Amino acid sequence: MGLADWIRSWPVYRQLTGRDRTGRGKAAQSGRSAALAARTTDADRVVGSVCPFCAVGCAQHVYVKDERVVQIEGNPDSPISRGRLCPKGSASKQLVTGPQRAERVLYRPPYGTEWQELDLDTAMDMVADRVLDARRKGWQDADEDGNRLRRTMGLASLGGATLDNEENYLIKKLFTALGAIQIENQARI
Amino acid sequence: MGSNMAEAHPVGFQWVMEAKARGAEVIHIDPRFTRTSALADLHVPLRAGTDIAFLGGVINHILEHDLDFREYVRAYTNAPYLVDERFQDTEDLDGLFSGYDSGTASYDNTTWQYESQTDSGEGGTRAKEQSRPDQLGSGGPGVEGGARKIAADPELKHPRCVFQILKRHFARYTPEAVEEICGVPAETFLRVCRAWTANSGRERTAALVYSVGWTQHTLGAQYIRAGSIIQLLLGNIGRPGGGVFALRGHASIQGSTDIPTLFNLLPGYLPMPDTSHEDLPSYLHKVRGDRQKGFWRNADAYLVSLLKEYWGEAATPENDFRFDYLPRINGDHGTYRTVLDMLDGKVFGYFLLGQNPAVGSAHGRLQRLGMSNLDWLVVRDLTMIESAEFWKDSPEIETGEIVPERCRTEVFFFPAAAHVEKAGTFTQTQRMLQWRDKAVEPRGDQRSELWFIYHLGRLLREKLAGSADERDRPLLDLAWDYELEGEDEPSAEDVLRRINGIDLRTGKEVDGYLDLRADGTTVCGCWIYSGVFADGVNQAARREPHDEQGPYENEWGWTWPLNRRVLYNRASADLDGRPWSERKALVWWDAERGEWTGHDVPDFEKNKPPDYRPADDAVGPAALSGDDPFVMQADGKGWLFAPNGVVDGPLPTHYEPHESPVRNRLYAQQGNPARKVFGRAENPSNPSPPERGGEVFPYVFTTARLTEHHTAGGMSRQLPYLSELQPELFMEVSPRLAAERGLTHLGWAHVITSRTAVDARVFVTDRMRPLRLEGREVHQVWMPYHWGHTGLVDGDVVNDLIGVVLDPNVFIQETKVATCDVRPGRRPRGPALLDYVAGYRQRAGVTPETGTRIDTVTRHDTAHLEEDR
Repeated sequence: MGLADWIRSWPVYRQLTGRDRTGRGKAAQSGRSAALAARTTDADRVVGSVCPFCAVGCAQHVYVKDERVVQIEGNPDSPISRGRLCPKGSASKQLVTGPQRAERVLYRPPYGTEWQELDLDTAMDMVADRVLDARRKGWQDADEDGNRLRRTMGLASLGGATLDNEENYLIKKLFTALGAIQIENQARI
Repeated sequence: MGSNMAEAHPVGFQWVMEAKARGAEVIHIDPRFTRTSALADLHVPLRAGTDIAFLGGVINHILEHDLDFREYVRAYTNAPYLVDERFQDTEDLDGLFSGYDSGTASYDNTTWQYESQTDSGEGGTRAKEQSRPDQLGSGGPGVEGGARKIAADPELKHPRCVFQILKRHFARYTPEAVEEICGVPAETFLRVCRAWTANSGRERTAALVYSVGWTQHTLGAQYIRAGSIIQLLLGNIGRPGGGVFALRGHASIQGSTDIPTLFNLLPGYLPMPDTSHEDLPSYLHKVRGDRQKGFWRNADAYLVSLLKEYWGEAATPENDFRFDYLPRINGDHGTYRTVLDMLDGKVFGYFLLGQNPAVGSAHGRLQRLGMSNLDWLVVRDLTMIESAEFWKDSPEIETGEIVPERCRTEVFFFPAAAHVEKAGTFTQTQRMLQWRDKAVEPRGDQRSELWFIYHLGRLLREKLAGSADERDRPLLDLAWDYELEGEDEPSAEDVLRRINGIDLRTGKEVDGYLDLRADGTTVCGCWIYSGVFADGVNQAARREPHDEQGPYENEWGWTWPLNRRVLYNRASADLDGRPWSERKALVWWDAERGEWTGHDVPDFEKNKPPDYRPADDAVGPAALSGDDPFVMQADGKGWLFAPNGVVDGPLPTHYEPHESPVRNRLYAQQGNPARKVFGRAENPSNPSPPERGGEVFPYVFTTARLTEHHTAGGMSRQLPYLSELQPELFMEVSPRLAAERGLTHLGWAHVITSRTAVDARVFVTDRMRPLRLEGREVHQVWMPYHWGHTGLVDGDVVNDLIGVVLDPNVFIQETKVATCDVRPGRRPRGPALLDYVAGYRQRAGVTPETGTRIDTVTRHDTAHLEEDR
């Protein structure tokens, strides 16, 4: 940096010669601040999404860099939200990238006092076996008057309001084919 | 009313503020003064659980002063229709309607029918036990007769016409009655009446907003009926700026109702078959009228297309499209029934898919004890939640009711993919589907529900391959061939295509439900979503900026049905098809082109002129007249009076909450005569008049949510930002109640019901205002309910205070009002807590029978106990 540049970098010089005469804007900006860029500017891509909290349905822009979510902001194009997000929606990045996110399957055996780790495929296989067992134990072919029931009362499912329509569709379809009827979600509360 | 929109739906509330800036008057009617109240022109505090008394007062005011929109009411509602001469009102029976049976606490609604109808009543125990009204969501209940005239008096003078019945029914809901029941001064009440009626009619419309403050009551469905009656009387339905807005609380809770993970429904509000449906024809005969009007008449096309999507080539006309593969319901299989069955050892396995009942459902203790009595539990969530750790870290561990070494439940915890890690649609609160693209891949074992369910189904089918057991056929014949993306992720877009529907003759997506057929040549997973893939395009993924399109922004997302933004918008035009006023133009009849047109997609047959009159023998859509705007209703009209479809009365009636400090001022009948109670020792009720002992729980208790937390906290109490903003559970009480009980601001206190005691910091505030009722002061206590024992911030589970008692129409619990006591200091810990609460029950004389003697008119001495089942 030459002498002239050095002088021009002084905040007081910039305040006296630039447009920011009160020294509360650009003139007071440090070199470090000037070099900072928003996480959104060098994202590899911006993906259209929707806030996962309440049912207003605010549109989100998800900024991705190196296959990581680096920022989530409101999408101003939305006729619903016009770019706004509430405190929960604004915390979405923390929701999806925070250390609270579980990454591994956990298993608690009967009478166990601690969680254990379990391989995903093994867990899926164990759950499938247990579904068939509970289904069998709770199976009902007909009621006392001989009316067809063709169902199981042995297993139940709860949840769906936080999930996608496509997911709810498969949940209802699979459980119905299994004969399970006690399928419920948050809409009942 | 019953909504704290500014805090629970803050971004949606910007539109209320926009309207206010443009001159709209905003009124907030709610027990507590909130940020919504602060931004309203008027806040009206009322006693929790008395909204129908208030709304009934408004209806009475409208009718007494002839303030209804008469042209609209006469032409578009069922006001002129005559009702069966055997019908008896609550005026005649001291709070009951005709057809009540004390023994089953349910109604036979035969006498509620239109005069010209015969034998189409459908009430009784079965209707109540299966949440039948909930199954009529999009179709409405049957009214036979097709296009034939229903006996009516267009002058609205006949003593048995709906209009006159309405007038008589609400005559005793005077401003004085409102004042004494709700605690709202008559002058304040009349100010609301004046504002509401002055802003309705030909030139103006008023909108009504509610949330769970209305639904979570033993008569929640009737709260909404009461609001709808006002909006129909004032001509505020199907018109711009009008309507009844349900603000829902989860990203896709509307979607999970439309495509239901609910026991009594199939997609598109088709009822789940029950034991009375032997085959497809008998099912269709019962779910729709053979000779009814409107689009529900086509339910055969909707159901057959669904069965074709479920069972593909195995579903043929010869085998009734495999209707026999559907399991049958025959009673209440709702979530609370299931939890009680868990306690009784009748349920072996349980999936929790993004729901946390240990905190979020009423009576958390029942939920946790139920889970501790299972063979196995599968929990899928983003983070560890209370429901997955009940065996390790629940209040029952502290009291000794659950001991890990003696708890047999096997628990699997699967980490779930978040909303940015999977593609798919949410349906938001105004029925709009919005597509999300996938931003990044999930990590480790994190998977979408789509992946989990698809692969669970695949494994189950592999394990059962070759089975000769007839019960396995539905699973083995299932069409489970969705496209996969990447390694093994099912394609959400392919699922959505099949939800939209495909014409099997061409292999192309159908453009809407009008294209569906009952002969097996179309598949469609959810008929009301048909059109979301019209023209082969994912319409839910449209993101045309709002400032680059018309005022109804029809090119952003996709709203069911057929992208209509305002339901029943034919009612925005007069009988001749002209807008009621230029200011309020939405859709209208273009005589030159012979079609309906306007700013929104018309909710009417496009080329049916306003003066169209069907032939007498017409049925289905063809039977709709040119002035029948309510095209899904079996008579084409908006229902002021509900002859069918509501199990606890054809008209809303003020009943006290299940737990109330006062006797019903209007009738001998105290509470909802058809409410669902579960009388058993684990689910005690606080006594209410005429029972004795209520003074032990003298205060009204109500709960709500905060902006900074989300429902049961699984998505917020783990986040540092949100936890810092709302770090601790608290209760709000008025300064007078604080003085009465010796509570200190920011000190500790605990709330007690017959279920448990919960402690929290005290917030003494004028936001809670004592109400004067019958010459005495009634206090209300408020708490948010988001806390539990997992997360960065923890606190007692407020829902543990609430018992299980349900609305009989939809089986939603009364979480918004109960009675309680409040005392300074912390609650007892460990086993001492059980003794402490037992002491309260003893002092109040609480037994399993308390609150279960429902009929207080005839004093028919039936206690509705679980043991009797």
